[in-house]
Amino acid sequence: MRLAEDRDADLRQIEQFVYREARYADEHDYDAWEALWTDDAVYWVPAGGDLADPAGQMSVIYDNRNRITTRLNQLRTGRRYAQTPPSSLRRVISNVELLGSEGNDALVGANFVLAESRERGVVTWAGRITYRLRWVDGDLRLAGKQVLLINRDQPLPTLAFLI
Amino acid sequence: MTNPVRDATRAGPDYRRLIEPDRVHGSLYTDPQIFADELARIWYRTWVYVGHESEVAEPGDYVRKTLGLQDVIMTRGADGQVRLLLNRCAHRANLVCEAQRGNARSFRCPYHGWTYRNTGELIGFPFNQGYGGKGQIEGELSLAMVPRTASHRGFVFASMATDGPSLAEHLGEAAGEIDRLARLSPHGEVELTAGWLRHRTRANWKLLAENETDGYHPQFVHGSIFSVTSSPIGALYSDKSAAVTRDLGHGHSENDLRPEFRRAGEPMRWFGTTADRVPGYVRAMREAYGAAAEQILVEGAPHVMIFPNLFIAEIQVFVIQPVSAGECVQHSTAVQLAGAPELNRRMISQSVGSVGPAGMLLADDTEMYERNQAGVAQLRPEWLDLRRGLEREQIDQRGLKVGRATDETAMRGFWSHYLSLMEAV
Repeated sequence: MRLAEDRDADLRQIEQFVYREARYADEHDYDAWEALWTDDAVYWVPAGGDLADPAGQMSVIYDNRNRITTRLNQLRTGRRYAQTPPSSLRRVISNVELLGSEGNDALVGANFVLAESRERGVVTWAGRITYRLRWVDGDLRLAGKQVLLINRDQPLPTLAFLI
Repeated sequence: MTNPVRDATRAGPDYRRLIEPDRVHGSLYTDPQIFADELARIWYRTWVYVGHESEVAEPGDYVRKTLGLQDVIMTRGADGQVRLLLNRCAHRANLVCEAQRGNARSFRCPYHGWTYRNTGELIGFPFNQGYGGKGQIEGELSLAMVPRTASHRGFVFASMATDGPSLAEHLGEAAGEIDRLARLSPHGEVELTAGWLRHRTRANWKLLAENETDGYHPQFVHGSIFSVTSSPIGALYSDKSAAVTRDLGHGHSENDLRPEFRRAGEPMRWFGTTADRVPGYVRAMREAYGAAAEQILVEGAPHVMIFPNLFIAEIQVFVIQPVSAGECVQHSTAVQLAGAPELNRRMISQSVGSVGPAGMLLADDTEMYERNQAGVAQLRPEWLDLRRGLEREQIDQRGLKVGRATDETAMRGFWSHYLSLMEAV
């Protein structure tokens, strides 16, 4: 049985992790962001109203670890025009909750609001994030991130930054 | 909102002065009056792609679609027939269908409870004594049906005009490209059942239609993804490519990549793989088509833009939905081939990586569309140039104009047909 103070310490560490992940994404720190992921990573932004099997349905993003690298490498060329220049971004992550655990993985839920500024104007993005965070030698790694946009059942503008 | 009936009768721009054989005027992309003319003369007259029969596979299935600015319900009746109904109650014009898709034998308007069969027929209206009882108004009031609906290989097209050329006449040479896609299925059937991404695009719809078979841009717009994936696509659209751009007539066009794939002569190269990586599919194709399978497996899928809004890009289908002179929505999905489960999952995975708002190809195309829309608002030099490859254009054995892989033959064909429609008042 774990002590209450251990759980509090875990939650603080989890919060610090998701805030850091958000900052790396906001600041286009592609190397630091990439280093958070485990090899079995799943980065998933579903599309449409119903959550269906992502292997059998279109998603906005459904990246495994290799595709995360491809996506970042494209950004790193500086000729990913949808991010040239990069969007100016700031997001707020809130309502962080520990939803459960599976083995060494903590399942964490949070809400987010993100403002994106580009020449075309400011776009507000919002939704629910579910993280799968893995304890590895006392530190946390990112094994899964599902971003449920509140407007995923509507036409979306270009989403070429890291959400 | 613009009124197409009023606009159809007004004296408008002289389109012959805005569209020349080798250049078009910038106002065609920005003028709201021209957009209104396009609704009346293109979107509400000619054949427009609406949806695919596989999206309403079972009796009672329905899905909401668009036709120009129209909100259309595509339904399959108990009789198995696919119908297109306008989403508007015959009483007070409320939307009768709010859900994006579902299965229902009838639609009930939430405003006053009028109920329609999924064939459009009015079957109930509460407190019917106010209308003299049952049987008094049913014959006269119903959901409107799109005047003409026809399909080719399950691709459902519609025309708001009660008469005009048949769908077969409209598709002409482009029908064979849809057939070529269907032939990649061991059962000869395409299914569009993987769901749709919808990408809001602040650009005129024609910038997209022109870009779909522009073989000049890929090396530049998509250089970033080609360079990090060592993709072979870039070479297909180079100065040295044997691929051709073909004007298929009626505004349709294609990038015919077959000369490149025939030169390589390797089955499945068009899909970026080899036959031994998808053995179940290759076996099923050989069983289905016998000796003809080899050619199908080498030549692969079409890259065809069907005027005005359907684009088949090998393993993806795109639909362009106009919204206003400066805005449209791109719908995209992965092609699914009946009897090819091995390929279908790969096609979804590849498509998710490539298309839609975050797609590693389409987000950059869309950035170009939006910058293009901003650029065309500048008043000089007024014209967009379309002359690339004009001097080396040829007529092929089918009597169709062909240019080199990077030539603007397709755009010239688009505008020539556009002009004929816009002038036919």
